[in-house]
This record gives sequence, structure tokens and C-alpha cells, in this order.
Amino acid sequence: MNRVEPNVYELSTPGRPSHRFPDLDVPFAELPDKMLRDHLELPELSELEVTRHFVRLSQLNFGIDTAFYPLGSCTMKYNPKVNEDAARLPGFAHTHPLQDTKVLQGNLALMYTLQEWLAEIGGFAGVSLQPAAGAHGELTGILILRAYHQDRGDPDRKKILVPDSAHGTNPATTTMSGLSVIELPSDKRGNVDLEALRTECDDTVAGLMLTNPNTLGLFEEHVEEVIKLVHDCGGLVYGDGANMNALLGVIRPGDLGFDVLHYNLHKTFSTPHGGGGPGSGPLGVSEALLDYLPGPIVDTVEPGDDDLPPLYGLVMPKKTIGRVKAFHGHFGMHVRAFTYIRSYGKSGMRDIADHAVLNANYLLAALRDTYHVPFDRTCMHEFVLEGRFEKAPGVHALDVSKRLMDWGFHPPTNYFPLIVQEALMIEPTETESKATLDAFIEAMKSIAQEAEDHPEQLQTAPHTTAFGRLDEVQAAKELVLCCRPAELSTAET
Amino acid sequence: MKFPNELKYTESDEWVRVEADSATLGVTDFAQDQLSDVVYFEVVVQVGDKLSKGDAVGILESVKAAADLYSPVSGEVTEINDALPDNPELVNSDPYGMAWMLRIQMSDPAELEQMMDAGAYQQNTEERSG
Repeated sequence: MNRVEPNVYELSTPGRPSHRFPDLDVPFAELPDKMLRDHLELPELSELEVTRHFVRLSQLNFGIDTAFYPLGSCTMKYNPKVNEDAARLPGFAHTHPLQDTKVLQGNLALMYTLQEWLAEIGGFAGVSLQPAAGAHGELTGILILRAYHQDRGDPDRKKILVPDSAHGTNPATTTMSGLSVIELPSDKRGNVDLEALRTECDDTVAGLMLTNPNTLGLFEEHVEEVIKLVHDCGGLVYGDGANMNALLGVIRPGDLGFDVLHYNLHKTFSTPHGGGGPGSGPLGVSEALLDYLPGPIVDTVEPGDDDLPPLYGLVMPKKTIGRVKAFHGHFGMHVRAFTYIRSYGKSGMRDIADHAVLNANYLLAALRDTYHVPFDRTCMHEFVLEGRFEKAPGVHALDVSKRLMDWGFHPPTNYFPLIVQEALMIEPTETESKATLDAFIEAMKSIAQEAEDHPEQLQTAPHTTAFGRLDEVQAAKELVLCCRPAELSTAET
Repeated sequence: MKFPNELKYTESDEWVRVEADSATLGVTDFAQDQLSDVVYFEVVVQVGDKLSKGDAVGILESVKAAADLYSPVSGEVTEINDALPDNPELVNSDPYGMAWMLRIQMSDPAELEQMMDAGAYQQNTEERSG
């Protein structure tokens, strides 16, 4: 394989120093023999070599700071740099969760305010900031829902209804919670099939997991009826908030009747997503579920007055399902999300959703004549095309995606949702300019033409990246996760 | 795309070959084509297990997606294809032959009547591919 950059062990030269220790200011002492090891293969490079190595590696990265990243359902929006400034303020960065809460009042005030804002944005009675990311928020939410039924003496509710367009994490969450998944089909317009839902609604239903807009990027047209059907049979409705970016400041899930919803701070609220994360998946709940929230959550323990701010403390809700995360969740992400909401302000929230939906519809309108759109109606913040061509049967969605890399774009989400053949799921987000969207449209149209004229150009793409087409089968079957010299040589034979 | 006439099919893309009251189970050519390269296969039942129709019996993963396999008949597991977990690519190269997954001694062969014949299954796959 063509290796663009050797690994740090291969660059090592025995004996090359990269640092100088300061002179000893304590008496010299040998380490005890039994604590000495000689089998640690530490690379030996100069500081300049190390710097160049990691700068070169960083230049191979692709991220939202490099170029357009329309990865559907991931909301890869720009992460404003002011968020980073705020997170690095010494008062936040240099505190430790084991300090007395009396000296952490600033941090707690921020967390309390963020809880309140998220509750207001989603239309919920309370919020816990604990969950580490989206799927963790889902698990927490379903555990709350289960605790609620058990607490009411109704433990036989084991069914969780999950639409066939749902994120794969929904059925995984259900199974991990000890409940069983019932899949609901979608109707011709991409909504939950109401007839199928009616058939499943009985006294064994613990709840429904609903993503709105769903993963086709479509608003659930019967959302109020869907929620009512589930409530009428005694179930609760979990909202997968992955697509909340489409709704900010326009509709509040709590007002629609959702009982629980997780927010993805790393999607909707602009904190870093992916390798640079970590994520953060706060959970909002209705009044009836407040007591079950995981804790601790931040509350005012002494009210303030005109002269003094309130005293904040950490409290456990009465019937809490317990702690789901060490300390208080990913606090650094809370600071970034707080900063983001503060920067945009209340009216700005709606601007985010409006522009995200406008950008997606602009792309959809320009591409629907070139690519087949299986559920074609006005979309929300994302949409799904089919990456297949009648005149080029050998070309697949994956080939379109790989070819987009030659145009400098990150591929959209492939092969999801599962109910669309050769799915390409595109989410531009609100932070892209018309010029970028137009360049993407040109690329997509050109690739569709090329699929007919020169299919091999797609099937062997990408051609301009540091690495060409990777062998995904071998990558999935032969995991090599460690790259020290010994393992490397084994892996390459 | 192959749809052998002698087999019975399910909507979830399993095939069954019947010999007396023994049923051999696998996934169809259409399913492997949809999944693309299969990289992982696991049987989640053991020889001797009693199955009810609809029980999950295996897991398939490809570079695109993961899928569960379900038994379309009730009965006892009599044999499992041990070669498959180490060679999941057989599902792509020989779905109706080397990639058989397990054999079941059927307790209610009448259940087969709810399965599709080759013609009906082919039509079903065409409708699904749009």
C-alpha cells in the first residue's frame, strides 16, 4: 500500500533526543530494579521531526474546517471558534468536579442556565445534562420510560415501537434496555403507517421512538395523531432529537406531546462532532417524568435576591434512575453549547432552522431532475436521493460518494435509511453559502453524467486523494488497530 | 439474479430447501446482492435447539448493513454450517449452495404453505427494488 506518511516508530532514530531535562534539584536516586522495563518501544525523534510528522498527518484530515461536509443526520455544521474561547476560560478549564460546589458556582450557574434553555427550546419541564452523546441519551430516556411504567405497577409493558426509517441506535437502545422492538412500516409519503401503528397499540406498549423530522428529512405529517394513539394505549413517546436542527425556534417537541427527547449538542448546538468531540446528549422530559431524571442535576438550593445570586447545588431527583455518567457529563461541551445559544439569542434559534431547511430544499430542487427522489415532497433540513442510474446499472451510491471526494466534498451518508435503495442522505446545514451549494450541485450533476459516459471513473474513484479506493471488505474482516512496528510487519505479510 | 424453482422463500429474504421433513435454510441471491460484500456471519442457535417460526437464528453483516435471519418454520436444529463464520463471502458467491446456514427438523411442515414460490418471490423483489 502507498503510505503517505510513515508512522512515528518508523521515523524513530535510536538515541535522538527530543528534550532536555532540567538540572536535578533533588538528590539523585536509582529507580528500584523491579520497576525498570526495557521492552517499551518509545519512538525517539527531535521536536522538529515530531512537529512535522503531526502537521503532515493533520493535513490529511478532512473536517468541517476544510470543506463542505453534507453527512446526512449528522448535522456537520460549523463549530464557531468563540465556543473554543469560552471553553478555555481559566474559570471553566481549570476547575475540577470534586471541588466544593461553593467554589464552582460559575460552572453550576452555566449548567443550570443551559438546562433551562434546553427545556425552553424543546418544550420540556426539566433537563439532565449527563448523557455522553446521542445513543447514550436514548438509552437513558428508555430507562426512564421503563422506570415510569414499573413505578406505576405496569411492568409488563415491554414493546417499543420503532419506525423502519429510524436510526439503528433506536432498536439497539431498546434491546439494551431489556425491551423488545416492534418495527413499524412507513407509508408511501414516508410517514409512520397509521394502520400498522393502530394494530400494534395495546396494553403491552411501553412506548414509541420517533424521529421528527425523520431520517428521510420529512416532517411526520400525522405527528399529533401518532402521539395520541400511543398515549391512548398507555405508552409514552420518545423523541430522537438528532434532527432537532430543523425545528429550532419553530416547533417544540414537548408541545407536540413528546414525553422525552435527547438533544445532540454536537449536532444542533455546534459542539465538535466525531473525532474531535466528545459528544453530549442532554435529555429533556415532561412533568410526569421529572422525578426519574438521572442525576445529579443542577438546581437552586438557596434563592437569590437583588444583591446576591442564588446558590446552586447538585441534587438527585426523587425517583432518579441513578447516575449515567461520571461527574456531570461533558462539561466542556456544555460551555460550548451555552456559548452558541448565547451568540445566536432567542430569535437567532429560528434563523438556524430556517436557513438549514432552505439550504436543503435548494439542493433538493436542483437535484431532483438528475437523481431519483423516492419520497419527493418539501424536505426539512436533509433529504434522501437514490444513487443509481437506469443507464448505468453498474454504478452504485458508494461510487457517487467516492467520486465526490475528487471534487473536494465529503461524501453524504450512504445506504441509510435502509428503506431507500442506494440511499444518499444529504444535509447541507445552515452554515453553507449559496456558492458552496452551487458547487456541490455542479459536482452531483457532472457525476450523474459521468456515470453514463465513463462509469469506470466513478467505480475506481477517488483519484485525487492521498489514498485511492480502500478495501472495505478487508478492513471489516481483518482489524489492525495497532500500528507498532512488530504488528505492522505481521499485518503486511 | 437467481430464483431456483425448487425453493421456498420469505419476505425477509430467507430460502428453504425441503427434503422430507428436513428444511435447509439460507439467504437469497437478492439479499446478498442488496447487502453487497458480506463480512460477518454468526449463528445464534445451537444444534438441538427447538425453534418457533419467526425466531432469530443468525446475524449477517456486510460493508453496508446488518441483517437478522429468521426461521420461517418451527422445529429442531439438526445441523449448522460451521464453515460459514470463517468464510462469510460464500454468501455472496454461492448463496443457494455452500452458504446454506442450518438444517431444521420441521415439526409443522404446513408452515411451508405460507412461504412464497420462486415466481411470487421474484415479483416481490422487483416491487421492492422499485
